[in-house]
Amino acid sequence: MAKANMNPKKNEMPTQAPEVRAHNFSEVALGYSEETAIDEALRCLGCKNMPCVGGCPVNIRIPDFIAKIKEGDFEGAYQIISKDSSLPAVCGRVCPQETQCESKCVRGIKGEPVGIGRLERFVADWHMAHSGETPECAESNGHKVAVIGSGPSGLTCAGDLAKKGYKVTVFEALHTAGGVLVYGIPEFRLPKAIVQKEVDGLIAMGVDIETNMIIGKTLTIDELFGMGYEAVFIGSGAGLPNFMGIPGESYKGVYSANEFLTRSNLMKAYLDTPDTPIMKGGKVAVVGGGNVAMDAARTALRLGAEKVYIVYRRSMEELPARREEVEHAEEEGIEFKILTNPVEILGYENKDDKRDPKNGFVTGIKCVKMELGEPDARGRRRPIEIPGSEFVMDVDAVVMSIGTSPNPLIKSTTEGLEVNKYGGIIVEEGTGKTTKDAVYAGGDAVTGAATVISAMGAGKAAAKAIDEFLSKK
Amino acid sequence: MYKIVNKRSLNPTVTMMDIEAPFVAKKAQPGQFIILRVDENGERIPLTVAGYDREAGTVKIIFQIVGATTEKLNHKNEGEYIRDFAGPLGVPTEIEGLKKVCIVGGGVGCAIALPIAQELAKNGVEVTSVIGFRSKDLLILEDEFRACSETFHVMTDDGSYGRQGNVCVPLNEMFAAGEKFDKVITIGPLIMMKFVVEATRPTGIPCTVSMNPIMIDGTGMCGGCRLTLNVDGKRVTKFACVDGPDFNGYEVDFDEAMMRGTMYRDFERHAHEETCNLFKKEVK
Repeated sequence: MAKANMNPKKNEMPTQAPEVRAHNFSEVALGYSEETAIDEALRCLGCKNMPCVGGCPVNIRIPDFIAKIKEGDFEGAYQIISKDSSLPAVCGRVCPQETQCESKCVRGIKGEPVGIGRLERFVADWHMAHSGETPECAESNGHKVAVIGSGPSGLTCAGDLAKKGYKVTVFEALHTAGGVLVYGIPEFRLPKAIVQKEVDGLIAMGVDIETNMIIGKTLTIDELFGMGYEAVFIGSGAGLPNFMGIPGESYKGVYSANEFLTRSNLMKAYLDTPDTPIMKGGKVAVVGGGNVAMDAARTALRLGAEKVYIVYRRSMEELPARREEVEHAEEEGIEFKILTNPVEILGYENKDDKRDPKNGFVTGIKCVKMELGEPDARGRRRPIEIPGSEFVMDVDAVVMSIGTSPNPLIKSTTEGLEVNKYGGIIVEEGTGKTTKDAVYAGGDAVTGAATVISAMGAGKAAAKAIDEFLSKK
Repeated sequence: MYKIVNKRSLNPTVTMMDIEAPFVAKKAQPGQFIILRVDENGERIPLTVAGYDREAGTVKIIFQIVGATTEKLNHKNEGEYIRDFAGPLGVPTEIEGLKKVCIVGGGVGCAIALPIAQELAKNGVEVTSVIGFRSKDLLILEDEFRACSETFHVMTDDGSYGRQGNVCVPLNEMFAAGEKFDKVITIGPLIMMKFVVEATRPTGIPCTVSMNPIMIDGTGMCGGCRLTLNVDGKRVTKFACVDGPDFNGYEVDFDEAMMRGTMYRDFERHAHEETCNLFKKEVK
């Protein structure tokens, strides 16, 4: 085997140049070549105690798959990853590795950690491009399980159960499977063809996917039991978007990030001839500092906005978005208005002519400057308004990206299913078991907005618990 | 894919279809809506349920051809399929405990008002119906309304059929004559519902309106359908898809809803023209 690579820096991820990618929806990161992947793999020391594995919510055997890459056995590496992860091509792209596996990497102490996420992505892409094998249908064990929602937690739960021989049906409310991977995360960060391949893989394993089925409305959970399903997993994701409650949020041109991204991603409003409209061009302010805010801002830019601002009430250090996404956004020319908080959205009102077509459209956003005070209960310094610091930014659209609250549809039609004061479904730690018999839950429906990988972890844990529950029956 | 099992033109701009969708048909109730997509690249549009046949597994929709999507839908024929049809969504119209109700429908809104009137009549409620249209050519569902109403008024703006005037004319006359209702339920253009609410307000009779704002997913995710209610002096944001589509008419901010409804007016006009041109080319 080649000698260990002691370069303190990661192999850089090749990307589209910022000035090019700011005007297209193609993927930003282009992926490692085989040579680069092997070179990066050689940075891994193969630590015996494997600290990185403990940092992974689904405990992928990281040093083992990297060892296979060193040997040039990419398919072997894929087989190791796929034992623990159902969606490696997705996670290699959207996981916050810097706070998970890579944060534990020994190489990170005196330099940059091994590019574990980039290697995972390389392996998954290599497999998709080269492997002709199709996933097999496991031998049936005669049990039927219903999975609600086809986002990361639902797909993971369905995949794990199908591998064990369960007959799984996934019920999806929208017209396309994939959940947030399809409606939320933009094409330039996660190409939809990759999500579709993962879904096709599940179908090949015998999983049925029923779209246009809104559980809680079209069918209730109790009816699913009546149809012969012996256990139900709820992975229905996040629900209604939050607004700030400031004046002007009803003006035309104020979107929730969910609406803005759904129009662009799921409904393909970014194409030249869409049936679904979206505001394109002009100046756009995105309020919020998470990954969703970065996605919305970068989408607005690609839709043709002349100027895009991120408006965030704390400082750059507190931005909850992934570092990489923030850097990409900055490179593309998105301007960060930090320590800034909106107090009112301004709109056009021609009092003399009620029929003026410009009436009701956003013209600006009034903000106030903030400074950081004492840390709050979670240790984040609390932003405080600076009196008299109001100013107005001229914008044509505002995207509110300040979180979501859980969807009420399932809760309101399922007796015995308890939720916490935020509306999240109450579950047992580690198994996802809810207060209703034979019903399990995971992902954003439980935790509120979180990451793809933590939703996958919850789907995985629930699949294990459902298997234990049903094999005792 | 969902089959169109029956299609009938109610007037030059309004079409009725029965769609095979057994799961939706089993659950649908008056006041609820569905979301449909005509084809693979189609937009999602909400349409309120205009009827259902639980045994046949069909759901009735009635739509006015106003834009690209309804134009495309209208070009589909009996035996053909539409891509997506999901529901039933929203909260059913509350009819418990009502004994005497006035239903006020306007234009294509009458299609949604009818199943509510029928359901009320089926439950022994005394129904008064007032339906209004711009002119005789646009009249729909008259016989159906007559069949389930004890008292029936039809109005046209131009006087070409029934009485001349808007729906508030007979409503005000009934109120002036001391007629009492347990509830007024109104469904139609926003401006009409606003006037019905204002006509009813002095009587103190509860007044329910059915809101049909711009929606995308319809399942409580995007927030595009939000509207503002004035509740005890406070402004409250509600979502028509999960909190509605029925709301207390006295609380709804109609001016804001009307303003929001025009967000994509230019886009819609272009899209409709382009679709029409496309169909014209096909015909040639």
